[in-house]
Amino acid sequence: MQELIRRYGISLSVIMAAMTAFWLLALVVIPNLVLFKFSFRLYLPVDQLGGPNDVYTLKNYVTFFNSPIHINVFFLTILYSSMVTIICLIITYPLAYILAKVLKPTDTATFFLVLLIPLWVSEILRSFAWFIILSMQGPLNAILTGIGLIDKPIRWISGFQSVVIGLVYAYILFMLFPIYNAIQALDTNQIEASQDLGASTWRTHWRVVIPHAKPGIASGCVMVFMLCAGSVVVPTTLASTNSRWFTEIIQQWMFEGLDWNVGSAYAFLLLALCILFVSLVMRVLNVRLVDIAK
Amino acid sequence: MNSQTFAKITMRVYLALFLAYMLLPLAIMGGAGLNNTRFPSVYPWVGITDRWFIDLWNDQRMWGSVRNTTWVALAVVFISVPIGTAAAILLNSVKPKVRSFLYGFMVAPILTPGAVIGISTLLFWNSFGVSAGLYLSVLGQVSFVAAYVMLLVLARLQSFDPGLEEAALDLGASHGQVIRRILVPHLYPAIGAGAIIAFFQSVENFNVTLFTRGNSDTLTVYVGSKIRSGITPTINALALLLIVVTIICAFTYEVLRRRAEKRAAALVAAED
Repeated sequence: MQELIRRYGISLSVIMAAMTAFWLLALVVIPNLVLFKFSFRLYLPVDQLGGPNDVYTLKNYVTFFNSPIHINVFFLTILYSSMVTIICLIITYPLAYILAKVLKPTDTATFFLVLLIPLWVSEILRSFAWFIILSMQGPLNAILTGIGLIDKPIRWISGFQSVVIGLVYAYILFMLFPIYNAIQALDTNQIEASQDLGASTWRTHWRVVIPHAKPGIASGCVMVFMLCAGSVVVPTTLASTNSRWFTEIIQQWMFEGLDWNVGSAYAFLLLALCILFVSLVMRVLNVRLVDIAK
Repeated sequence: MNSQTFAKITMRVYLALFLAYMLLPLAIMGGAGLNNTRFPSVYPWVGITDRWFIDLWNDQRMWGSVRNTTWVALAVVFISVPIGTAAAILLNSVKPKVRSFLYGFMVAPILTPGAVIGISTLLFWNSFGVSAGLYLSVLGQVSFVAAYVMLLVLARLQSFDPGLEEAALDLGASHGQVIRRILVPHLYPAIGAGAIIAFFQSVENFNVTLFTRGNSDTLTVYVGSKIRSGITPTINALALLLIVVTIICAFTYEVLRRRAEKRAAALVAAED
């Protein structure tokens, strides 16, 4: 802080500190504390506010734990988000390696330039694209019946399969970029040395490339899991009645039930899940937060 | 065929398949905006029509949502860029312990689901009597967009030589001059990139906006309600337009970025 004042003077330092404080306090920390507090209060008519019923209680959380359906949806959301994360990892790891170490840098640059298009098109349109592709009369069924692979159209948008397909498509680039960045920073000599010393391709990857790519893998997994578990757009576009997502239940409490207190308890559960996942990944892969958020 | 050329071909095929996977869905969606069928589809292809674009043009709600989106995005840029820049400068000149503590809080919004940010913003400002509306969407979006700007500026600060500031101070520059003439010019590329990313993050945002918007529409909310309330190819027409705009912006951004990189490289070469 003294360093800051010495360089930029008292008034400018105060302005910069004030802007940062406004961001961290008014937009990040306190809103989340308010959310936390709200989740322990009851939804009451105005005349009862401050009355004997206006107390701190665990009732909103009890609502969740007493509802087998909501618990079920919560765990299915975790299950399918993890599945999408793993699928993305499997698809992008070889891709990131090829882009970082095999392809010529100019070709890689062109490749990424093209990828900017799906990256910058909004999430809602990307899931809408799959809504069209997967619909009964859509191109996918037309192609599959056309080449004789299936006899009659498949109902793709049913259960969680369409949600998983949409989520992988929507968030796969958030896995590719960090892993690419991590592998790119690896000295190619290390890979060659490993090969010269007789290591197989698998062993080179397992012992040299993957350990180096760990921060990127951690970053990608955290981003993809968080985006999946918190996704609103993809499930509303591609889910059917037998596949509900936890964010849809939060929306129900907020917009249909108009019970913001239960809503915030559910939102807090989602937040807790993400915090848990981040710390789990940091623990398992042994990386720091600075490595994840870059 | 030896194993090495086989591996090479496999890699090329893999790359090509991935590109096709990323781009074909967008092409199909955009193409459906030109097809003359009631339900958006590219198969069977009936014929090219401009009727969906005309429908879209006449949709007043769409125009209102475009206006709202633009205002929100500009507001997000004008708030989050200064905040993110100030936070990065601050972070760069505090003790390591304070630094990692603050850093944790600053990147947290990136790792928080949008729905949680939206709801917490709504509840917090509601307790001051501010009801839902687009200004809350702006504040909610700023909370995580500022983090992106902060990361970009922080990365740029690593290549900054603090000796330049010392020299300027020794030569009698005021603190304001040090910032205006030395620090900020060095940060321009990061600030510019931050502004573009902030704008796009805001335009694309759905989750935070959904919970904070009140009754106002933004473009993504408009598309979302259209998809739910009955699908016509006007959404595809809109999608096609947005993809074209995206392509133009992405390429301009990239060209500018490469030019800046080249200039920086030339500068380094000249210094040597």
